Amino acid sequence: MYSEKVMDHFQNPRNVGEIEGASGTGTVGNAKCGDIMRIYLDIDENHVIQDVKFKTFGCGAAVATSSMATEMVKGKTIEEAMQVTNKAVCEALDGLPPAKIHCSLLAEEAIHAALWDYAEKNHIVIEGLEKPKTDIGEEEIEEEY
Amino acid sequence: MKRIYLDHAATTKTRKEAVEAMLPYFTEYYANPSAIYSFAGEAKKGVDENRAAIAGILGAKPEEIYFTGGGTESDNWALIAAADAYGNKGKHIITTKIEHHAILHTCAYLEKKGFEVTYLDVDELGLVDPAELEKAVRPDTILISVMFANNEIGTIEPIKEIGAVAKKHGVLFHTDAVQAFAHVPIDVDEMNIDMLSASGHKFYGPNGVGFLYIRKGVKIRSYIHGGAQERKRRAGTLNTPGIVGMGTAAKLAASEMEQEGKRQCELRDYLIDRVLKEIPYARLNGDPKRRLPNNASFCFRFIEGESMLINLDLAGICASSGSACTSGSLDPSHVLLAIGLPHEIAHGSLRVTIGDETTKEDLDYVVDKLVKIVENLRAMSPLYEDFMKKNGKK
Repeated sequence: MYSEKVMDHFQNPRNVGEIEGASGTGTVGNAKCGDIMRIYLDIDENHVIQDVKFKTFGCGAAVATSSMATEMVKGKTIEEAMQVTNKAVCEALDGLPPAKIHCSLLAEEAIHAALWDYAEKNHIVIEGLEKPKTDIGEEEIEEEY
Repeated sequence: MKRIYLDHAATTKTRKEAVEAMLPYFTEYYANPSAIYSFAGEAKKGVDENRAAIAGILGAKPEEIYFTGGGTESDNWALIAAADAYGNKGKHIITTKIEHHAILHTCAYLEKKGFEVTYLDVDELGLVDPAELEKAVRPDTILISVMFANNEIGTIEPIKEIGAVAKKHGVLFHTDAVQAFAHVPIDVDEMNIDMLSASGHKFYGPNGVGFLYIRKGVKIRSYIHGGAQERKRRAGTLNTPGIVGMGTAAKLAASEMEQEGKRQCELRDYLIDRVLKEIPYARLNGDPKRRLPNNASFCFRFIEGESMLINLDLAGICASSGSACTSGSLDPSHVLLAIGLPHEIAHGSLRVTIGDETTKEDLDYVVDKLVKIVENLRAMSPLYEDFMKKNGKK
């Protein structure tokens, strides 16, 4: 059901991890719906993304789109990163099954959320960037284990 | 790579004895069993013998077994035809929140047709409370439908107690026994079951054939209209090879039930023990004791089911999950939600259903793989990261 590229990124996800003291962090999705993506960006003074890491809770497509999206923004300027759309991520993975397209939306949203965080911290305005919707399930999971 | 098939609740391999028994009915005894000429005799005999065998397993009479195209048809028939037949007596039906969609969607259809359906809650183990059921019975209740055993979490319902409530109030009682028939003992008289659905491919018989047991005296009529087959209650040329295959598988399952059931229970409990011991933040879904011999259902926190399934598949292991991503909707399994699990935990579910060929070595391989898979997925889970940070574990 998944393309070879999706399977490759699922099995060998690129840039998994965290960045301590990241320039910008964004978390999108909702545990209730079964998808959460978190992206960490390390951006230098020239607004170039030097490093990027992700963590994802979700299906195969969610993991693969996170991985691909991080590869596509690494080494890019903020302006270039803004051009990495869900469609571009999807195409780079040779497509996704129709039911999984929403996963690629999350990848774009996660990058935008991390860029928004960076922009806020540095009091700058990134053209075309809107305040991300955050609807992460904050409710506590009962301790029943 | 060796394939380890652990999705027997989805379907089973047709056992070799069943296939062998079926073969002559394709090419030698292919006559329509309803025909009058003597050539139809062998086909008719094949149908009759297997009807009697299936009836015997349930403690029923042969004429109370009606062959269908499978479990879904049996469920649809039982509910819709009961509503048709008894609709003038009342419009109220009682079922549970954890039924298979063959029941739930049929109930939704009947609601559109003016029936009122009560969906009983279950407890955290997935059990229906017969007292709760009794409270839901009204003067206009015409049907109670409670599954014998749940397909996702394996819990076996207190069917005898439910049957007693139905009998006490004179309400028709149907049970979807698709996962239970030929796996655990069922006696329709002792349990006061009026109708029972089963499906051949769940017990090593072929696909596309099942049956509905209808107690003598239950007035439901045809759901599939046409010829006069099955005492004018289920039209359509009989699927002779399918019936023979299903009957053969049922007979063998019944004779092996005690021994094979015990073997599977031991394997199941071995798997459950290892998983719960070796994987942190894991839980067993369903009743630890009152469960199908073949079913082990788990939830692993902080990870999502489909990712787990793909990883297992890459290791040659076939299993299933109730996560949203495997159901094609945004919601995880209605059964896991009904036993009170929050969405985020229900998304991390894994159902392992063992079978006649499953060995301890298979399960050891599965657990070894699963430990690593869960660890790897947690290593990339933001939920796990947050949890560990919050609890000062990192």
